Amino acid sequence: MNLRAKESMPVLQRDHALHLLREMLRIRRFEEKSAELYAAAKIRGFLHLYIGEEAVAVGVMQALEPRDAVVATYREHGHALVRGVSAASVMAEMCGKVEGCCRGRGGSMHIFDAATRFYGGNAIVGGGLPLAVGLALADKMMRRKQVTACFFGEGAVAEGEFHESMNLAALWGLPVVFCCENNLYAMGTALERSESETDLCLKAASFEVPSWPVDGMDILAVEEAARRAVTAVRSGGGPYFLEFRTYRFRAHSMFDPELYRTKQEVEEWKKRDPIPNFSVLLKEQGLLKEEDLDLIEAEVGAEIHEAVQFAEAGNWEPVEDLTRFVYSEQGRP
Amino acid sequence: MKRETATIKMTYREAIRAALREALLRDERVFLMGEDVGRYGGCFAVSKGLLEEFGPERIRDTPLSESAFVGAGIGAALGGMRPIVEIMTVNFSLLALDQIVNNAATILHMSGGLFNTPLVIRMTTGGGRQLAAQHSHSLEGWYAHIPGIKVLTPATLEDARGMLWTALEDPDPVLIFEHGSLYNMEGEIAAGAGPVGISEAAVRRPGKDLSLITYGGTLGKSLEAAQELEREGISAEVVDLRILRPLDAPTIVESVTRTHRAVIIDEGWRSGSISAEITARIVENAFYELDGPVARVCSAEVPMPYAKHLEDAALPQVPGIVAAARRVVGRRG
Repeated sequence: MNLRAKESMPVLQRDHALHLLREMLRIRRFEEKSAELYAAAKIRGFLHLYIGEEAVAVGVMQALEPRDAVVATYREHGHALVRGVSAASVMAEMCGKVEGCCRGRGGSMHIFDAATRFYGGNAIVGGGLPLAVGLALADKMMRRKQVTACFFGEGAVAEGEFHESMNLAALWGLPVVFCCENNLYAMGTALERSESETDLCLKAASFEVPSWPVDGMDILAVEEAARRAVTAVRSGGGPYFLEFRTYRFRAHSMFDPELYRTKQEVEEWKKRDPIPNFSVLLKEQGLLKEEDLDLIEAEVGAEIHEAVQFAEAGNWEPVEDLTRFVYSEQGRP
Repeated sequence: MKRETATIKMTYREAIRAALREALLRDERVFLMGEDVGRYGGCFAVSKGLLEEFGPERIRDTPLSESAFVGAGIGAALGGMRPIVEIMTVNFSLLALDQIVNNAATILHMSGGLFNTPLVIRMTTGGGRQLAAQHSHSLEGWYAHIPGIKVLTPATLEDARGMLWTALEDPDPVLIFEHGSLYNMEGEIAAGAGPVGISEAAVRRPGKDLSLITYGGTLGKSLEAAQELEREGISAEVVDLRILRPLDAPTIVESVTRTHRAVIIDEGWRSGSISAEITARIVENAFYELDGPVARVCSAEVPMPYAKHLEDAALPQVPGIVAAARRVVGRRG
């Protein structure tokens, strides 16, 4: 069943509604700019865009507190931005500059941030799940009422690490919210071509973990489901599994010619684009005027412009520092 | 007998258990997890009795999910705990290779120094117990290839007793390889034995005619060979590497500079082994000190056979070490 937001949520507060819209737009515009910078060879390596899936990261982050932890995948710029990592430090990281959040050592796929407890940026599919289980284990052993949100794609469900991690988290009653972003394709392999059982919630439920499918294109549905899950997990109920049904509008990475899906399918999904749809809803409810949207766009544009300027003005880490951060630098300030 | 020189009789197994117990008593963030470490008492009875003393929270039996519980160890370390993860054998650790190589070894670097992983992983290694080709290999040399982790190979009671605490105080991931044939090794150890350094190799027996360079399960065999060589008038120095990464090249080079001849004894396979690395270090740093070619005694390049006579033939043995030493010093026999 779908968790629908509108029936059960309190009246949508205007400030909060505009916040959700703004956050989704921040991701969208940030990533559009990233694609431009990639074309201009300012960003290299792999670049995986989240465009189309913004409602998932934005909705889930609303339910988290600063003390909670986030583990994400290589498609994580959006999660980092909404979690509170500055656009400037993420952009500088993608440009390989020492001012980047990881000094240019990680790049697009490995965003980490201590202040917001953002533990990557993990580019091995499924590899982040055991980390999330461990972070939650530490919280449980230290009697901290903290939650770890772990994002991964539906492709990870085929990995052994998914099953091992779900089992361990459930067995030990650990505070993890498993957030599966089901965008239907593991790179170019469609779900039905990689899974004998395509109902992902059924798999999660087999571990005795409460599991719900959620419309990942509906920001309110995502937020409501995430709040429900986080509340249950924080109160000691063990892990939770949410399957967000979503779609990526852009290619898997900048190298992907998209031979595995039709333009028509992409266009159909674009009709469900969470940003214009939410804007329309807000306008219908009288919460958003065209000038509000213009103002948000202007502010978001300014933030991204500053981020790009910051990144472009940044420095390359001296090559003499190449072998730093292999082992901890004890005693170094 | 003076108090500080008092010794007690102990096995290698008991020395590790004493170290585990001390760590659990000293730091409440320390916990042990792995397959059968609790109710079973440890596959090799190392953790016997610890469950009763410290309870199931801190002596944590895991499912057979190497990737999940090693990854959970990494996550728990990131979350502020000081986990000790036990993997039954090095062969099983291959199921957790993703977590060890892609996460434990890389997170500090990928995050530009933001997140260190204070994790200790212990595992059994080596052959000699007729356990055939999936329980007997010596893959510690493989792990020594990976920057970002440290690789320890305790071969003495003192190191079995003392390396664990030092490893736990290390801010980065440390792998400890316990050779399976050593658990029953018994000897005298100082009653007050405690933490030992984990940065330097040790000369276990001084000598002047050649250096036998070894570690772990072949230290005993090398010392035995040195005794036999002494009867023939050949004075062999025995260097115990103790740590395979970072390798203490200066101690190796100093020894070879004294003796001008070297035999490396390594239970790993010859091709691409740690013995090859040591040979290269000697050639790079002490080529002109050498009076003859470096020799190696390694395992035969076959998966470990079950039958005792074949396993014996596959592993480095005392006669083989003695023969190699004789050849290196130009004796026939």
